[in-house]
Amino acid sequence: MNKLKRYAGLVWIIAGPLIFILLLMAAWYNIDTAGKKDINNPVPWVIIIGIFLPIVIGLVIFGWYALKGEYDHLPEDSTEIE
Amino acid sequence: MNQPTASSSIWKVIAASSMGTLIEWYDFYIFGMLAKTISVQFFPEGNDVAALLSTLAIFAAGFIVRPFGALLFGRLGDLIGRKYTFLLTLVLMGSATFLIGLVPGYKSIGVLAPILVLLLRLIQGLALGGEYGGAATYVAEHAPANKRGLYTSWIQTTATLGLFVALGVILLVKSSMSNEAFDAEWGGWRYPFWLSILLVGVSIYIRMKMKESPLFAKLKHEGKTSVNPLKESFSHKANFKMVLLALFGAVMGQGVIWYTGQFYAQNFLETRVMIEFGQSRTILLWAILFATPFFVFFGWLSDKIGRKWIMLIGMLLGVLFYRPIYSSFLSSVDPDKIEIVDVKETATPKVVAEPSATGSLRTTTTSYASTNGWAYTVVSKETIKQDGSVTTAQMQYKDRVLPTPVFWKFVWLVFIQIFFVTMVYGPVAAFLVELFPTKIRYTSMSLPYHIGNGVFGGLVPFIGLLLTTSFPADPLVGLWYPIIVAALCFVIGALYLNNKIDPNVND
Repeated sequence: MNKLKRYAGLVWIIAGPLIFILLLMAAWYNIDTAGKKDINNPVPWVIIIGIFLPIVIGLVIFGWYALKGEYDHLPEDSTEIE
Repeated sequence: MNQPTASSSIWKVIAASSMGTLIEWYDFYIFGMLAKTISVQFFPEGNDVAALLSTLAIFAAGFIVRPFGALLFGRLGDLIGRKYTFLLTLVLMGSATFLIGLVPGYKSIGVLAPILVLLLRLIQGLALGGEYGGAATYVAEHAPANKRGLYTSWIQTTATLGLFVALGVILLVKSSMSNEAFDAEWGGWRYPFWLSILLVGVSIYIRMKMKESPLFAKLKHEGKTSVNPLKESFSHKANFKMVLLALFGAVMGQGVIWYTGQFYAQNFLETRVMIEFGQSRTILLWAILFATPFFVFFGWLSDKIGRKWIMLIGMLLGVLFYRPIYSSFLSSVDPDKIEIVDVKETATPKVVAEPSATGSLRTTTTSYASTNGWAYTVVSKETIKQDGSVTTAQMQYKDRVLPTPVFWKFVWLVFIQIFFVTMVYGPVAAFLVELFPTKIRYTSMSLPYHIGNGVFGGLVPFIGLLLTTSFPADPLVGLWYPIIVAALCFVIGALYLNNKIDPNVND
């Protein structure tokens, strides 16, 4: 099981940037200053991309920790966290 | 182990925490539900600045501000205590809501109106970001270890009940006056905002009488509270990796399941199935009423068998059943598949002709009712070219009223979705509380919760719209976002989470 957890870490590392690139491409494709739909408005896109960047970085870090085996054993009390 | 709290005291703690959280959700929802009316009053069409502020007001509070509120008030909660922090969030939220009801319209004060609404909306978002972590932590730190899931699940009912109360109040006000009186600048739409101050007054009175959480009070007495909760939560690797696990292995999926069941469903019924305003809301009200007890049931069950698999199975059920459920909504009103007998026009058709570049556009609106309970309005648009030829566009249905058996089928279909919500949401507060130590618990659990719920959940309508625009042939394409996020979270949760219940949060 621990091996699987570690290999899956690679998936999360790759998934992070992939999701971000998809988001950027969708923004590029849909932003249209002449368009009238919400989706054509750049403001939501800027907000979403801005707030998604740290989340994507978080997913990559999560994958990195998983790959290194940091989740092989979860802490059982707070002394392991502090 | 926790200090056991007397049974009567724990119910006072739960009541005070739940009441405040319910009001905060009520405040948050009425803005969303009255968005259309509000946008007419505060954000006029054709003004770019006002349109920008409108977009920010709707998006910013949900996306940017809630996680910041989680950080700000989480930090305060770990420094000065749970009681005073979530008393503050309640005052901020209630005051902001009340003041939104007092802001004059765009016609009276111009662009100042959307600016004020934006500021008040940001305060609402901040306060909401701080409230939940406080309430969940406060209740959990009073609860005995074997009932932590049960007692915190009462907090989980409050978002749904807040929605329920908001819907009920709006329907009540709307039914007591004409549409014109409701939509006027100082009309009935402001009453739900004003009512908030009464509810907040009662809640503040109850909360003022509460004592500090026994675990936090003990830490404070011993001088062991955190000096810098933000640093300890996010720069200590051992804790930060648990924050990431909480986000990607549980609350990310919980957010999309919650938002799809309670919001996307309503939006879909109104904009895709074209059900009449009052009936679509009544469907949601019944479904919420029937499903709400299951929050407590799954909280209780999580104390017996662990939190992990209840939450994950809730996500998996959403992944498997969303498309069949929404497909059933559409097929239930498909004119080719249903029998509508003895249809009659209920009023004289309304015809509006507008000149266009190539001729004129004629819109005919006709309302029908059948003897077997169906009613609907058909809008047909015809382009009459200059040479006299006529091109008819596809007919559109609106204001659909369902007959009783179909109405209850829809209640059942929405109920199933909210049932999934109760599975993922009922145990999650206890799950998060048990993941982090007391001195940084408020900060550590608030951030992943609000990113999962606010960002991943809040994105459901926007990404749904993005997918629908990109792939218009499939009316269910918007569901792929919650399905994929919930599936990803299910895999991460199944692989990495532990089902063991931590008996000791007194650390």
